[in-house]
Amino acid sequence: MNLTDYISAAPEMILLVLICVVLIADLFIDNEHRVATFWLSMAALAITGWSILATAPIERVVVFDGSYVSDPLSQILKITAVAFVALAFLYARDYLRANDLHKGEYYLLGLFGLLGMMIMTSANSLLTMYLGLETLALSLYALVAIDRNSATAAESAMKYFVLGAIASGALLYGISWIYGVTGTLKFDEIAAVIAAEPDLNNLPLWFGLAFLIVGIAFKFGAVPFHMWLPDVYQGARTPVTLYIASAPKLAALAFTVRILVDGLGGLQDVWADMIMVVAVLSLLVGNVIAIAQTNIKRMLGYSAIAHVGFILLAIFCGTDKGYAAALFYTLTYIVATAGAFGIVILLSRRGYEAESLADFKGLNERSPWFTLMMMFLMLSLTGIPPFIGFFGKLNVIDAVLSSGYPGLAVLMVVASVVGAFYYLRVIWYMYFEPAEDQAVLQASADTRLVLSLNGVAVLGLGIVPGWLWALCTQIALSIR
Amino acid sequence: MDFSQYILSLLIWLPIVGGVLLLVIGDDRDVNSSRSVTMRIVALSMSLLTFLISVALYKWFDNSTPAMQFVERSSWIPAIDVWYYLGIDGFSAPLILLTTFITPLVVLAGWDTIKIRPAQYFAAFLILEGLMIGVFSALDGILFYVFWEAMLVPMFLIIGVWGGERRIYATLKFFLYTFLGSVLMLVSFIYLYGQVGSFDLFKFMNAPLGMTAQKLIFIAFLLAFAVKVPMWPVHTWLPDAHVEAPTGGSVILAAIMLKMGGYGFVRLSLPIVPDGSAYFAGLMIALSLIAVVYISFVALMQKDMKKLIAYSSIAHMGFVTLGFFLLWSISSGTGAGLGMTGGMVQMVSHGLISGAMFLCVGVLYDRMHSRQIADYGGVANTMPKFAAFMVLFAMANAGLPGTSGFVGEFMVIIASFKANFWFAFCAASILVLGAAYTLWMIKRVVYGEVANKNVAALKDLNQREFIVLTVLAIAVLLIGLWPAPLVDMMNVTIEQLLQQVAQSKL
Repeated sequence: MNLTDYISAAPEMILLVLICVVLIADLFIDNEHRVATFWLSMAALAITGWSILATAPIERVVVFDGSYVSDPLSQILKITAVAFVALAFLYARDYLRANDLHKGEYYLLGLFGLLGMMIMTSANSLLTMYLGLETLALSLYALVAIDRNSATAAESAMKYFVLGAIASGALLYGISWIYGVTGTLKFDEIAAVIAAEPDLNNLPLWFGLAFLIVGIAFKFGAVPFHMWLPDVYQGARTPVTLYIASAPKLAALAFTVRILVDGLGGLQDVWADMIMVVAVLSLLVGNVIAIAQTNIKRMLGYSAIAHVGFILLAIFCGTDKGYAAALFYTLTYIVATAGAFGIVILLSRRGYEAESLADFKGLNERSPWFTLMMMFLMLSLTGIPPFIGFFGKLNVIDAVLSSGYPGLAVLMVVASVVGAFYYLRVIWYMYFEPAEDQAVLQASADTRLVLSLNGVAVLGLGIVPGWLWALCTQIALSIR
Repeated sequence: MDFSQYILSLLIWLPIVGGVLLLVIGDDRDVNSSRSVTMRIVALSMSLLTFLISVALYKWFDNSTPAMQFVERSSWIPAIDVWYYLGIDGFSAPLILLTTFITPLVVLAGWDTIKIRPAQYFAAFLILEGLMIGVFSALDGILFYVFWEAMLVPMFLIIGVWGGERRIYATLKFFLYTFLGSVLMLVSFIYLYGQVGSFDLFKFMNAPLGMTAQKLIFIAFLLAFAVKVPMWPVHTWLPDAHVEAPTGGSVILAAIMLKMGGYGFVRLSLPIVPDGSAYFAGLMIALSLIAVVYISFVALMQKDMKKLIAYSSIAHMGFVTLGFFLLWSISSGTGAGLGMTGGMVQMVSHGLISGAMFLCVGVLYDRMHSRQIADYGGVANTMPKFAAFMVLFAMANAGLPGTSGFVGEFMVIIASFKANFWFAFCAASILVLGAAYTLWMIKRVVYGEVANKNVAALKDLNQREFIVLTVLAIAVLLIGLWPAPLVDMMNVTIEQLLQQVAQSKL
């Protein structure tokens, strides 16, 4: 071990130290001044973000005896995760304060979750990956239950925990099989072992792989391992849902790419079929069931499942184009989804959780500006140009077509049309229905500003998507 | 810096910026406030300014070249070779002029009849205008698709917010139908991109394609454009959307958005997949003739004026697709060009006539709040000026010589005679059927004794309505009596397309 090792992992270490500082400082902050914890957490995020930029490697660096990797992929995922955690904190602050939930735990658990995500994005061995995953998952279980007086929150936390534990078990089981066959946990070495064994007809390896896919599908919330997702989205307080719906998707992407491409890239023929089945099911089930939802959080949950279908189909291609498309899609999807939950938070007031679709009725009369923003976000999720979601879909379809699957491409666009209905329904409620109450939306200036920027961003990115696409392509080329 | 170099960008972005400006300055809480009046004046002047710029476009347009004019090309998304690539030829120029001509009239027509959220209403129309001009001038597949889809959003809102009772059903149906049609076009674009490595429409046109690919791409394009035109049997969204949309929405929908489908055929289907088009030409002719004959009978049965005009639109648009796809049935001579010219003239003419018809119904609806034919009768007694206009437009709709309706239909019928007697027989039936349903409606609405006391209380056109209808009447007569300028605009472009189509890509 030498200095490079520590520099490459410096952002995580710095974050860990800062979390401890915030944790201790929070003890001395009383409830009146809890906002100080918020600002401390934001400062911690800013420093972490800076350290990620400062330690950005020019090329792939593998450290800590091969268990940790720092490369362009991990850098972009980490910096985006930091940004979205900060966004979640900002959107959450006023809501938590208004609902007597403004404790330091939301921020601290959020920071711990971020630490887990960062470890996952840099994992180069199955064990590191598992450690990061559990750090994230445990923080999320606790976050879901943060409102201890809410029965639904407790219920969904319990559900999440039990199902998550089973998925972790399956994952560990798969890891043990992989270890048993290859004799190593490190992705590089696993890849080398598989490459040295051209005969892919290795049943034990496939068996282990299947369990890894279960873990991946669970983490992403892909069908048929999606059962937890709508319940957790609905049951958790909206700021928690926002947190779960945004940054962890990045970690899930890293999880998938690291294991399937870095480690088991040699078995692509085998895992591609499994991923395809899971992805197509997610696409169909997510889009169709979302139509039946009356709760906006649950609807966005099913929509998340459908979007995961797109991401997984991009990975399924197994080409650089596909990986770039998956990265692009994930990055742009969470911009829109974070904004959408931001608006849902904005609609809630003290003691009133706005989560029914009907709460959006007549929003245009109450706040034309945020209605417009919500429309942008919904159109982006639908994939209507010129919003950024369209370019995400364009890239995935391009990747799928160039891998020679026109049938899948047609399936994807038809599923998007089915999905269009429930996003349009939000616009319909906002614009076409009369308002049931006339209260103007209240929010502090910084939230309004950032939420507006968030809404405008899906349009702005859609007008100039070129740089992001170039960046994603470049990063995809750096994936081995 | 040469102004004409950026004229297309100006035409696209000026109305869009104007629309955003309206949202900023408009105050929707009080319709009579001075801010609201200022907003209307800005809306009108923006649309008039756009029209004036398009007049300059007409002046500078060179009739003698089939090449793209006013070309603008700059890189947009280099990673996938997408360009901000604009240019117009004889197909797009008349449609752009139609768009800029109709929009100020629509703004004027909604001047004080829109009571709810007028700023958003006018903003939606201006943004829609910019996007529609974008569709007609885009020469890059992705740019084309962006405008094509983005256009749905303002129309979705226009029908949904300001529409009639069943507006939500109608607008969702409109959106989902057209969206489903166009996503497959996107898949085709991406497939073509995979073949040529660029989204440039001219590269698409030069790409060698096998017969299977051509057939599939044609079907994908057909779905997109047939829904827009709309062709039988995917026309069912149109009567709903037309009936529920506010007057301005119906006018734009009939006058311009339906033309997108016809434009798509000549811009994309015919040049990119000529052999696929030839293969399916028989089907296209059959569908067009079904639209002409069957839908005319359906129109005859309508009790709702807007629905009647909507069905008449479908029948008349059948002429457009008929004219475009006749060329393979015509062995020699100028017939093919004639059919295509007829189709193009019919698009412009139908834009004017159907727009005018919807405005007429709008005038009645604003006074009586009913579109049912049975609620009217003897309107000519109380609204003589209005009756004169309505009869004129009805005659044009029925294809009376001297009006624009005659020119296009006549050309297409002549061309179909050269192809096959029975094509012409069916097509010509619209001269009878069209006259039947239009004039029967006129008889029941305009003529006769004053039917009830509501009709007796009707007030004739006000100045604003008079101006709008006069302008349209002049345009209809002008094209009817002197179609040469319009035909000259597209002649060379059509010649070039015919040559392009004649060359097999196989």
